Formats: sequence, C-alpha cells, structure tokens
Amino acid sequence: MGPLVPDIISNEFNFIIAIIVGMGFGFALEQAGFGSTRKLVGLFYGYDFTVLKVFFTAGVTAMVGITALNHLQLLDVDIIFINPTFLWAAIIGGVIMGAGFIIGGFCPGTSVVAAASGKIDGWAFVFGAGLGIFAFVESYPLVKDLMVAENLGYLLVFEMMGISREAFALMMIFVATGAFIGVTFIENKVNNRTTQWLKKDISKYSIAVGLAVITVLLTIITPSRGELMNKRIDAKLAAGECKPQMMADDKLAYELMNQYYLYNVVDVRSPEEFKKFHIPTAINIPLEELHKHDNINRIVQNIKTNVFYGASYEQAQRACLVSKYHGKADNYALNSTADQFQQNFFMLGDEQPKNKMDHETYVFRKEAAQKLIEIGEAVANLDKPVVKKTKRVQGGCS
Amino acid sequence: MNEAPKKYMNPYLAGFFLGFVLLTTIYVTGRGLGASGAIKSFVVQTVETLAPAHAATTDYYISQKENNPGGPLKSWLVFEVIGVVIGAFLSAVIANRVSVKIEKGPGVRNGVRIAGAVFGGALFGFGSQLARGCTSGAALSGMAVMSFGGIITMMSIFGMAYAIAWFFRKLWINKTN
Repeated sequence: MGPLVPDIISNEFNFIIAIIVGMGFGFALEQAGFGSTRKLVGLFYGYDFTVLKVFFTAGVTAMVGITALNHLQLLDVDIIFINPTFLWAAIIGGVIMGAGFIIGGFCPGTSVVAAASGKIDGWAFVFGAGLGIFAFVESYPLVKDLMVAENLGYLLVFEMMGISREAFALMMIFVATGAFIGVTFIENKVNNRTTQWLKKDISKYSIAVGLAVITVLLTIITPSRGELMNKRIDAKLAAGECKPQMMADDKLAYELMNQYYLYNVVDVRSPEEFKKFHIPTAINIPLEELHKHDNINRIVQNIKTNVFYGASYEQAQRACLVSKYHGKADNYALNSTADQFQQNFFMLGDEQPKNKMDHETYVFRKEAAQKLIEIGEAVANLDKPVVKKTKRVQGGCS
Repeated sequence: MNEAPKKYMNPYLAGFFLGFVLLTTIYVTGRGLGASGAIKSFVVQTVETLAPAHAATTDYYISQKENNPGGPLKSWLVFEVIGVVIGAFLSAVIANRVSVKIEKGPGVRNGVRIAGAVFGGALFGFGSQLARGCTSGAALSGMAVMSFGGIITMMSIFGMAYAIAWFFRKLWINKTN
C-alpha cells in the first residue's frame, strides 16, 4: 500500500531514496538532451521539440501509472502530495518563470544537469536562481498577500472539469499523441526536412499508445477491490448463506458489564448518528468506510471479538461479512438496532412491570444502563484504539 | 574524450523513463520530483551562515528553521538534487558529453550568454518560489498527480516563453525576420 514512506520505509531512509530517484531523474534528463540549452529553447523556435515530447510522455506515463495503482488500491491518492492551487501565485509565478526560461535558456532542474556535465552557462543559471530565490525571500513580506490569494486548495483538474480521473487520463493520452504528430510536422518544416512516416515507427508508437489506452480502459472496466468485495458479499447475502453469529442486546450488556475488554463494539452508522447515541465503549466506523485500509486494521485483530451494530440489522450483518471477508472470524452482529438498544436500556420508564420475568429484565437493564455509562466514561480515554492519523505527504518545490 | 558525443536517447523513450522515475518516486515517497527547492535550501543555509543576525530576526528564515529543525540542508530535495548531479554526470560520461564550455546561440558573445543565464535564472528562481515549484516540482509533478495549480503553472511558463520568444530570438537563432 503506497506511499511506502513513512510506514514501510522510514523518514531517514527516505533521504537515500531521494539520492536514488534523483540519479534516475538526472540520468533521464541528460539522456534526453536537457543538459543542452539550445535543445531546450528549440521548443520555442520550432527547430527541436524534444522538451515537449519528453515532458508530455513523462507526465502521461506517471499519470496513467497513478491511475492504475489507485485502481488496484496500491497507492492512496488521498494522501500523496497534490500541489495546492493558489491561482494568482501560480499564474504570475509561471509567467515570470516563462520569461526566465527564454532569457536564461534553462529551468532549475535542467540547469543542474547542464552544470553537472560541465556547462558554464548551467552554473551561471544555478547561481542566478539562487539570487532570484534570495530576492524572493528578502521581499517576502511584500509578496506574502499575493502568495496566498485565491486559495483553491488541493484542487484536481478532472474534478474542476467534472469528469473522472480515468477519463482525464484517457484525454491526455490523445492530446499528447496529437501534439507529438503535430510537432513532428512543424519540426521537419522548420528544419527543411521532408516528413516521412516509416511503417516500423508507426507500428512501434501505435503499440505504445495502445498500451496506455488499454491500461486506462481496464481501470474503467474492471471493478475496484471495494466494488469486488461488495459484489461478493451481495452474492452471498442473496444466496442466503453465511449468516453471522448473532448476539442479543441483554447478552451484550451483560458481557460489557463483566468483561468489556474482550469486545470491540463497532457502530457502523454515520458519525452524526453515533454522536447522538451510541452503546458505551463502542467505536464508530461508518459501513462505507469499513473496508478501507486503516479501518480494517482496527477490526482485524486477535484480542477482541467484534460486535457490530447499526441503524438496521442488515447493516450489522453486512459489517460482519466485510470483517469476515478481510480475515476476522470472530464477529457478532447485534440482534437489535441502535435505536432499540437505546429504548431498551436507556429510556426505561419509572413504572415497573408486574410480571415477574419482565420485572427481572427491567431491573437488570436499569442496572446495566447505569453500569455501562460508568464503564463507558472510565474507558473513554483509556481503551479507545489509537486512531492512526494518515497525513497528506508534504512535498513540492518551495 | 576524443570520441564524438553519442546521440541523445529517443525522446519518447527518455520521457517514458522519466515518467517511470516520477511514478516510482510518488509510489515510494508520496511526493513528486523537484529542483528549485534544493537551491532555496542552499540560499537559506548561506544566509544563516553569513548573516546569522539577519536570519534570526527575519520571519521567513525563522519559519524555515521551525519547519526544518535539522537545518536547511537536511531536506529531501537537497538529497534528490545531489542524486541529479550524480545521475546527470554519469549519463554525460557514458555519452561522451562532459566538456567545460559555454553553450549559446549563434553569434552570441560569452558575456551576453552568461549575463542572460544569471538574469534568467534569477527570474526563474523568483517565479518558482511564488508558484511553489518550478518546471519539475509544479509543472511535471503537478501534471502527474493532476493538480489544477500545477497544470496552470505549466501553461503559464510555456505560454509566456512562447509569447516573448520572438523578442529574444537574437539570443538563440541567427535570423533577423
């Protein structure tokens, strides 16, 4: 489950990773010819479109890869670094950089590559970039307001356009392919070469583009892991097999009073409903989020027995099946709903039933309600599972 | 060193390789590639060394210090750029492209080229801080994760460069039209 830092790879080792991927980055840029300033600015005069070809291919490759990894739930796109959008800073900063590009002939990454292969102009650009950054830092109080104006947050371009991630990836593949064909014509015209399409090249590039398209199409067609799980559970429910073990509410109350530490009571309703009323000691994981990585870790454990309850019996049953699907055998579904539990235990009138059996139940439930509240308060801070806060990765260039 | 430089890699293949490196970076670390941030770290370190009194009283350096308790140079991008230098040097050695020289447009004097590089670099450095990333950190990595801001920055960079290319043509191409 990516990203691997910081859970699988430590933050310290991440510096070693940085050197390794940096080497790959530098190697790729140098091989592409980005250490040469004339090759870079060729883009703007039409004689060499290498920058566009490399840049677009790299962007689309990574984009398709992220889409596929996200679909396979190997990469959590909700926590990877997304460049935040501060509209004015992005536009004005970009315009200033564009001017710097044409005057200086590099961008910061390529200037480092040029410097590494001995180009004095590369060194000059790196030095200039340092001066520019120094100027920025010293004038920071003046540009601070511009920096934070029009904050649109972690805005994604496909959300902005109202389409899906996959559709945008597909679109970019076609835009890039179209651009590659277009610039090849321009490039040949500027350099006075005739454009010829070799059969060998056409088939080679068609296969590459085709593979990218197929990858994205597969992510659209095939169900994600969550969908697959729900489908299988639906099939089992429809077939009427695998009924979860049931637990009556009196039994749960009794168990909690005597050995609450053996039970992991899970409320699968929404947080709002949970806030209004929940069985003491219960934790809240909404049913739709139960299959998520972090939540599975909270229910698939060896120490406690899970007891699920929700707004309806079906919710509890489904939660049981989700838990079972992920490998936890020891699950119970509560026989009654959250509302029934509240009625039975916490909203008893003062009038005592005449019937002896009902009277006993009444007394037990009254006591239980009292005791459960005490236990609930006592363990409120002690016994809750530690919720691991997954934070968005900090990154970017600034 | 007497051998002629080798040909550059097929741009699409190089692009695929670069995209693969970027994808690996995002998968492993959760963040993209970058470059200008490392230069900033060097700037902050330089100021802290040469003018500690100034650094101690200016808000920007103070907040930098709070965010990087290990010192400005102990940052991911600094290590990444060290890798870039190594990788680029290795690639250039393999392809016989290491040579100390100034590359410039036809008929441009060395002084003009160096002045242009310093001035262009300064603009790029300033802009990269404003836009929170340069061509690598904002445009390329932003495009990969489909960030709206990243793509806007990318279009601004290339749009501006095209818009003013004509005015600076004498720096790069030997035509007068």
